[in-house]
Amino acid sequence: MAARKTLGESLREHGVSRRGFLKFCAATASMMALPPSMGPVIAAALEKARRPSVIWLSFQECTGCTESLTRSHSPTVEDLIFDVISLDYHHTLQAAAGHQAEAAREQAMKDNHGEYLLIVDGSLPGPNSNPGFSTIAGISNYAMLQEAVAGAKAVVAVGTCSAFGGLPAAAPNPTGAVSVMDIVKDKPVINVPGCPPVPMVITGVLAQYLVFGKLPDLDEYHRPLAFFGQSIHDRCYRRPFYDKGLFAESFDDEGARKGWCLYRLGCKGPSTYNACATMRWNSGTSWPVESGHPCLGCSEPKFWDAGGFYEPLSAPLGTPGNTLLAAGAAGVVIGGVAATLAKHRAATAVAERQPVTVEELEQKL
Amino acid sequence: MSRLKEIGVKVEDGEAAPAEWGNALPILHEVGHGLRQLRETGEPTVIDLHALPFGPGDEGRLFDLLGRGEVEAQIQALGPTRIWETGFPGVWLVDHRNTEDERLALHIEISSVPEILRSQREDIDDAIVRLEACIADPAGTS
Amino acid sequence: MSDPMGFLLWVKGPAFNFALAVFALGMLARLVEIFILGRKTNYAEAKGGEWGPGFKTMLTRTVADPGTFARAPFNVVVGWIWHIGFITALLLFIPHIELFRGVLGIAWPGLPNPVVDAVTAITILALVATLVHRTQHPVKKHISTPEDYLVWTVTFLPVLTGYLAYHRLVNPYPLILGLHILSVNLFLVVFPFTKLTHVFTAFIARWYNGAIFGRKGVQS
Ligand code: SF4
Repeated sequence: MAARKTLGESLREHGVSRRGFLKFCAATASMMALPPSMGPVIAAALEKARRPSVIWLSFQECTGCTESLTRSHSPTVEDLIFDVISLDYHHTLQAAAGHQAEAAREQAMKDNHGEYLLIVDGSLPGPNSNPGFSTIAGISNYAMLQEAVAGAKAVVAVGTCSAFGGLPAAAPNPTGAVSVMDIVKDKPVINVPGCPPVPMVITGVLAQYLVFGKLPDLDEYHRPLAFFGQSIHDRCYRRPFYDKGLFAESFDDEGARKGWCLYRLGCKGPSTYNACATMRWNSGTSWPVESGHPCLGCSEPKFWDAGGFYEPLSAPLGTPGNTLLAAGAAGVVIGGVAATLAKHRAATAVAERQPVTVEELEQKL
Repeated sequence: MSRLKEIGVKVEDGEAAPAEWGNALPILHEVGHGLRQLRETGEPTVIDLHALPFGPGDEGRLFDLLGRGEVEAQIQALGPTRIWETGFPGVWLVDHRNTEDERLALHIEISSVPEILRSQREDIDDAIVRLEACIADPAGTS
Repeated sequence: MSDPMGFLLWVKGPAFNFALAVFALGMLARLVEIFILGRKTNYAEAKGGEWGPGFKTMLTRTVADPGTFARAPFNVVVGWIWHIGFITALLLFIPHIELFRGVLGIAWPGLPNPVVDAVTAITILALVATLVHRTQHPVKKHISTPEDYLVWTVTFLPVLTGYLAYHRLVNPYPLILGLHILSVNLFLVVFPFTKLTHVFTAFIARWYNGAIFGRKGVQS
């Protein structure tokens, strides 16, 4: 932790030329979804940037988010870890294990108190559930988060589990899982959801923090607008087909082969905010809709409980057809009874009618 | 999951005809705009092709439309960067790749020379120092 | 329920199911009652058929006669515009068709979104015009009941929220989509107990009218 060199120094030391640095900045701008004209600004900022200390905590998760991060190619994760940030604790990626690892975490928290960036992947059992559902080195997730948050500058919740609860919190939520946002109220929380998030988005958010030294602009769900500002649907190259009303009806029909819109096959693109449509996956090779599969909506809250993956977004939940039949049948019965009663009333009224004679009326007058 | 089973899947062999997504043409308009600006004010333009919602084949089609011009160059810095002037002088394609040859960024740069091709001041400073050292000690013995 | 997505899942799931149940129950109860009650047996000799004239009148009464048009051109024109717009947006917007497929199991071709979008915008304007007219026109104002305003509101809200959701004018998206569905749920619940039932009964009434005249052998 001793050498907090600036990034410019550290890159020059690695024998990186100015051209290499400019290229790095161009890639960073692209990664941060900033216009290329921001390149020089980024260069100036990166030149002076100091590597922030990062502590990464993994709770109820599948390590998919870390896997995703290590597939980030722009810049390579090695660059990112060794040059751009100082990843002081990540129990999957670090070499140290056991007590040494925990000691490294505590050391980093002490040395950088109030300054480090805390990254969390995975949800955690809430304060009211059994802390034994998930522990690290005998410490409950909840206690560890509380302790680490105290000295953090900000918390980045990576992945849908830590941002929104994700799979562990899906009904019936056996571990009482909650998101980081549910617990951390007094520190800024940045959500980078996705199951997993696009690798470049994870690194992009970190780079943004590094370059501008401040936290990004966020949407209602605390997601950085630079990456989550537009829906998949609004950036989808199949959108013209949606607007024209041309849909694939199955995975092998003519529409599917022609690359028509996947709405009817369950695409959640219209309600999903993420950067897949432009950043793509696997080093920019493709993304779900491009490979012919509907978007699952993985970067949205409650996506596991939001209806079938292959049900159109507007399809109702549950079995409304049965509701309709049952209620309709009940309606028929009620209507029948009501009509019979009314007929009966009319008949009795006729039978019991006591006509008033003119004389009677005159008497009353 | 019931709906998934109902959805038929057929594996096709052979290449389907490349589709036309119509994303290449609007970029040509933007390029034309940039070229006129370069002519009038000398101001360069950079378009980040990574940030565009391309469909499969869109990029190839754009490359075909732009064509190849007279100049080609390659830079080795943090992996290769390939640069070529397109069939339209003043319009360059800059393809940044990392050491594993994966694309970092793809730009259309509209200027007389792409910025990254120029020798940079910091590198020139460094060059002076090293050159002087070389003159002082041509054999590099110290 | 606290977050927008939870809200959306609630309105789409239990709330929608409830609204649908109220709608189906209420509407069928009313219709069955109407049909069972029927009309008094007519002992007079039939001078003509009932079915043919009944259906004919269903159509002819749908078009306003010249006299009505001359007296209330605004009602006729604007009424037609928003009715057609409402039905188009309801039945020919593709996500709506998927909803019908989900509930009824049947589907049909839809219209391109920009068309539905334009139609919806016109419908919103027309509906606002009807409200303004209702509150400004002395006679209309006098005869309007709270029910009329309730019906206008539950009809207007789904169109408005649908438009807002389509254009993403409210964030986050699940919130406005949820409000749209909620307004539809409200529409469904109110439907069987207000004059909205005219969607079904107007045509039945027209048929009865035509049938009565047909039987008497007179034109309607
Ligand atoms: S495929 Fe999905 S995201 Fe793309 S236009 Fe269709 S519904 Fe929208």
